[in-house]
Amino acid sequence: MADENIITIYNTNTISTDSNHNPFATKLRQAQHLRGGAIFEVTNLNQAKLAQQAGASAIVVTDPQTHGGGVTRMPDPSVVKEIKRGVSIPVMAKARVGHFVEAQILEAVGVDYVDESEVMSLADDQHHINKHKFGVPFVCGSNGLGEALRRVREGAALIRTEGYGAAGSGNIAATVKSVRSVMGDIRILTNMDNDEVFTYAKKIQAPYDLVAQTKQLGRIPVVHFAAGGIVTPADAALMMQLGCDGVFIGSEIFESPNPYKRVQAMVQAVMNYTDPRALVDLCYGLDEAMAGLNLSEDLNLNEDQIESSGN
Amino acid sequence: MVIGVLALQGSYNEHIAVLRRLGVRGVEIKKPEQLNSINGLIIPGGESTTMAKLAEYHNLFPALREFVKLGKPVWGTCAGLIFLANKAVGQKEGGQELVGGLDCTVHRNFFGSQIQSFEAELSVPELAATEGGPAHFRGIFIRAPAVLETGADVEVLAAYLKSAEVYFLFIF
Repeated sequence: MADENIITIYNTNTISTDSNHNPFATKLRQAQHLRGGAIFEVTNLNQAKLAQQAGASAIVVTDPQTHGGGVTRMPDPSVVKEIKRGVSIPVMAKARVGHFVEAQILEAVGVDYVDESEVMSLADDQHHINKHKFGVPFVCGSNGLGEALRRVREGAALIRTEGYGAAGSGNIAATVKSVRSVMGDIRILTNMDNDEVFTYAKKIQAPYDLVAQTKQLGRIPVVHFAAGGIVTPADAALMMQLGCDGVFIGSEIFESPNPYKRVQAMVQAVMNYTDPRALVDLCYGLDEAMAGLNLSEDLNLNEDQIESSGN
Repeated sequence: MVIGVLALQGSYNEHIAVLRRLGVRGVEIKKPEQLNSINGLIIPGGESTTMAKLAEYHNLFPALREFVKLGKPVWGTCAGLIFLANKAVGQKEGGQELVGGLDCTVHRNFFGSQIQSFEAELSVPELAATEGGPAHFRGIFIRAPAVLETGADVEVLAAYLKSAEVYFLFIF
């Protein structure tokens, strides 16, 4: 992890012609408040309140159908509204990739972030939402550096690196693979000759200015979280040690025997991720906690599926 | 000189990076005993309820209050301001534990949620006079708290005026 941990914003005139007014910068600074925290996926008000009580730094409202198969869509706005009124921490809600009207509706409801989620059914398999058109900041998924920077250029203020198929599976292998891919590419980039960056940007299919900025900062220019299959405190600490700014935890955590304790353990793990002795206590009672989670046998990483889901 | 930055959650990395740029040694504070070895403390911005829960769990409140009582300099940014206020309103049910020390009343998320965030030019004549630099500073208000009232000993360095009421920003 590089020394410079500040997220700085370059005012590129291609996005904003008024140099005094840069809404994207405001969105990025808002996202900085979430660093070092754990964000929990919830489906109802009780889970949201529990998460807040246990120390969650934000929550993502999801339709309960999301991990069940079939077409999955944005959550019911009345549920989102109820949750927004019931908690004081930031409330995010999921919209389908490319479904800018779902995003407009969620913005109108008053969410703090919209999560353009590739985990749900895709509404548009060619184009993501033009996030610059919105006042609300967006979270977008990625599984590589090129994809992450493409999302940032579209206007994403927070990147959620997620392993394909990892959500709800209890298995972090794909997520670790994606995070290592992003961090590895950054390491290659920072050591690269400046003259070679142009071709590298073309190779990873990302905008040159963002690639150059990533090289200079030693990290991607927005807040970077990991998601997908993160279920134990050890998993959360692993993601933090790999260089992420925080983690997203799926709603399956609420199916464990003592959800409050599990949520609190994840929050603590993100805070104390460099201290194995602190992590020891957090991992007690893991057997019963994992009983409620469906652990997938093998991860069917179909190359075609990965190609088509990454725009 | 060593300055500690409370590193429970939030933008503590950014504050440490700025200290490094200034040539000052910054350390992350996660445990009460670490407060004994620093000359000053910064409480960064972040999610104040998360920071309060973590501080409570790690038994930091007594040590933080002691630190403030000893008269050592403490700086609070955003969520940090909420920690340092003597009184806070606009809380979720149950309230939030505070460190206190700054004689003021603060209101959480005063300006609304994310969509009401904004930037404003603030005039900072006192800072410019004592430390040099421009007389204006671009303040960024993101789900920002506001100070509703201050005690007699509080010196206001900059304020943001909105309609008929004044919302103080930097206080000393």
